[in-house]
Amino acid sequence: MEEERAEIESLLPLPLATFHVLLALAENDRHGYGIIQDVAASTGGELRLSAGTLYRSIQRMLEHGLVAEVRGRPVPGEEDERRRYYRITPFGSAVARAEARRLAGLVKLARRAGFAPGKA
Amino acid sequence: MMRLYRGLLRLLPASFRAEYAGEMSAIFARRRRDASGPLEVAALWAATIADVVAAAVRVHLDVLGQDLRYAGRTLGRTPGFTATVIAVSALGIGATTAAFSVADHVLIRPLPFLEPHRLVKLWQDQSFRGYSRMELSAANFRDWERMSTSFEATAAFTGTSVNLVGEGEPERLDGVSGSHGLISVLGTPPLLGRSFGEAEDRPGASGTVVLSHRLWNRRFGADIGVLGRTVSLDGAPYEVIGVMPRGFHFPSRETDLWTTLRLGEADYEDRTDWRLRAVGRLKADVSLEQARAEMRLVAAQLERAHPRENARTGATVVRLRDEMNEQSRLLVLALFGAALCVLSIASTNLASLLLARALFRRKELAVRTALGAGRERLVRQLLTESLVLAAAGGVLGVLLASLATPLAARLVPHSLPIAEVPEADLRVLGFGALMTLTTGIGFGVMPAFRAFGRGSVAGLREGVREGIGGRREGVRSLLVLSEVTVSVVLLVCSGLLLRALWRVQAVDPGFRAEGILTLRTALPLPKYERTGRRQRFYDDVVSGVQSLPGVSAAAYVSFLPMVMRGGIWTVTLDGRPEDPGETSTASLRFVTPGFFETAAIPLRRGRDVGAGDTREKTFVAVVSESFVERHWPGQDPLGRRFLFAFQERTVVGVVGDIRVRGLEGTSEPQVYLPYQQVPDGGLPFYTPKDLLVRTTLQPETLVPAIRRIVAAADPEQAIANVRTLQDVVDEETAPRSVQVGVLGGFAGLALLLAGIGMHGLLAFTVSSRSQEFGVRIALGAGPRDVLGLVLRQGARLAAAGLVLGLSLAYAAGRGIEALLFGVSPRDAGTFLAAAVLVVAATLAGSLVPALRASRVDPLAAIRAE
Repeated sequence: MEEERAEIESLLPLPLATFHVLLALAENDRHGYGIIQDVAASTGGELRLSAGTLYRSIQRMLEHGLVAEVRGRPVPGEEDERRRYYRITPFGSAVARAEARRLAGLVKLARRAGFAPGKA
Repeated sequence: MMRLYRGLLRLLPASFRAEYAGEMSAIFARRRRDASGPLEVAALWAATIADVVAAAVRVHLDVLGQDLRYAGRTLGRTPGFTATVIAVSALGIGATTAAFSVADHVLIRPLPFLEPHRLVKLWQDQSFRGYSRMELSAANFRDWERMSTSFEATAAFTGTSVNLVGEGEPERLDGVSGSHGLISVLGTPPLLGRSFGEAEDRPGASGTVVLSHRLWNRRFGADIGVLGRTVSLDGAPYEVIGVMPRGFHFPSRETDLWTTLRLGEADYEDRTDWRLRAVGRLKADVSLEQARAEMRLVAAQLERAHPRENARTGATVVRLRDEMNEQSRLLVLALFGAALCVLSIASTNLASLLLARALFRRKELAVRTALGAGRERLVRQLLTESLVLAAAGGVLGVLLASLATPLAARLVPHSLPIAEVPEADLRVLGFGALMTLTTGIGFGVMPAFRAFGRGSVAGLREGVREGIGGRREGVRSLLVLSEVTVSVVLLVCSGLLLRALWRVQAVDPGFRAEGILTLRTALPLPKYERTGRRQRFYDDVVSGVQSLPGVSAAAYVSFLPMVMRGGIWTVTLDGRPEDPGETSTASLRFVTPGFFETAAIPLRRGRDVGAGDTREKTFVAVVSESFVERHWPGQDPLGRRFLFAFQERTVVGVVGDIRVRGLEGTSEPQVYLPYQQVPDGGLPFYTPKDLLVRTTLQPETLVPAIRRIVAAADPEQAIANVRTLQDVVDEETAPRSVQVGVLGGFAGLALLLAGIGMHGLLAFTVSSRSQEFGVRIALGAGPRDVLGLVLRQGARLAAAGLVLGLSLAYAAGRGIEALLFGVSPRDAGTFLAAAVLVVAATLAGSLVPALRASRVDPLAAIRAE
């Protein structure tokens, strides 16, 4: 338990792309292009991940065990079955939660300083 | 379109490409479909290229980081191996880098002047007398300058030694007085002020002086206000007009100031007054060969015009860069060669170590391959590892080199206008880095590829005997063999040089150097122009010093032997016609009475010069035995007369010969003249200036008392060059000693590495063949049979290496024959000693593994199968 917390801590703060990939995978397994589309949609088109950035992030996330690969999962409506799908791991969820907590804490501080709307 | 994109993806590491290239292409294809119009397509391409390049850099760095962490972990797990590899590569890289910095400094790097390849030195050539580089007379120089067209400019100069008085202790300084154009020929502008104008080089012009950077710093505290100040040199006023930049040394690094020659018509009268050196700058379109050809013609014309003075006199033109003797060049080259040998041994050892390790790790590598790691990924991993090792070794090696370089600086010849200690600059660091990279890649790649050359999966099988027999052991044997070979070569060469050193050291200089303190009090002109005034000074100082407790003798001489090698005059015998081509010569020295006793030069016949030999009496001379041998063989020389240095001299004594030109060269016969018979204002160069004091005390303890005595005789007189005569003699063999030390060190290192290499190879063989040995023992072989089996393997390698090494050593010995001072490059004793040492080292390396093999427990070994 202690060990896992230390490992999570060592990954924080998450690179922006990494965090967005985790968010995109929160509900569904997705393939690369799906992730790009989801991130674009959820940020209102503000963040458009490039292929290079995406796959470098994915490679590192795989190494750290944040996501796992699910090979050839057929999805209705998708014709290309060679696609690689990615699924968030329990460790990945824990890291995403920790990052969210960290960000929430920051926002709280910002509010107290009057930099952000809402109650301190 | 897609092909272009896939080509772009090749920037990414293969392992990454294998995983994601398909995905990335699919995404690109989609975007490409979505893009409409050429503008959007162009924008897409621009974004894509930027994206892939950025990603490639990052992914490569990721991989590097990963590999570095992995390398750190694996290397940390085997600290012994890691330390050995780092130490071995540090020694190899350090030795080569140090040797390179010396060789680069002396042989390669252009001299620190403007377009140095156009600078030459001009000498008079009288090869028939054994002098191809002789100084010239002012008259000949003037004619050369007038008659030649090959040079943009030429300048003459001569070394001077002056007393600088004022602002602190009087001080003796080495300087140069030259033509006004001397500094501008070299092309280095002064750091401060200016160099000489033409008017300053005329007879009667007031004195001007340019200071060296060193003198300016040391004596004048780097004060810019020194310009325009007047200093006193040998009692005459000189205005400081300039300061040269740091690193400007001409003609040698000892030179501290430059003045003008100011030659008058009288200086041009005697065409045999050879005392000027000359430097010239070739015209841009004139080659050295053309200049040589022209100077041959000029010299021939002058010989016709002055058949007596210029008899058989040619001209020598050499590049300034080549102004060093063959021996200095060979010393440096031999050092570099030896360093390369050490590097090659170190590298073979590294290769051997890494190869053994790679074989040892085959299982690990096979497992990783089976788990999907690509071959490229593993090679890259191994390469990172060896580069990490090499880099650590390289950093350590360059550090070692920077410590070792000053030690080798004695090999930097004095005759070149360069600093004594080479600077560790970017070139040297670059060389070190290059060596590191070569070592790291060369000896990381080979083992990496060999490690999983064929069927990696085979490595997974249980009980596979790795690397025994077959090619792999063959490679390692070859490596050990070459180590043995190289160490034989190094051992023989350093042995030969050691014998040569002993031989030189055993040469009898003709005087006894032990217990003699020497120092120089050069008396300035015109203050001491009159012989009587000089005589008072000598008498005061010599009698004062002789009365000091612990002093048994003291005397003055013109120059110390081996320090001043010139001062050669022609000898003319009474009653014999002079043949201009066959003139005989002798070195001229004026001495005070007691010189021979002080230096322990044996008096063979007659008497020493005496206090009674004044200018009013007969001009007398004491000559050396070889002088008698040459002119009056088998006859009584006493009372004979000869013409020498403007006067007829009568022989009153004969003394033993001394090595004026140093231990290694042959010297002219010597003629000693009494100090009181120096003409007033004549031969100022030869007035006695070096004091020798024979003492039973520690020589240095006398210095304060002698200073007081000199100050009492003349408070303005400077004392310089305080040292023992033994130091002078040791200086003779210093480059050789350094050379032998360095080469011997390298040879020892090589021997050690070869022993380690042998041990490594055999230990590896034994550990991987333990089952076989177990079976052999179980089948009745005795421990001695197994012992013999392993020892024989070592002996075969050692013998092969020895044969190869000895023949290469013979060739190398021939190459350095000029350094051997008569020791034969086939010297049997040296070869034998080297062979014995190598056999001993390899035997020592073989013994431990052999013993281990003989103690294999057959049961345990077979059970393991």
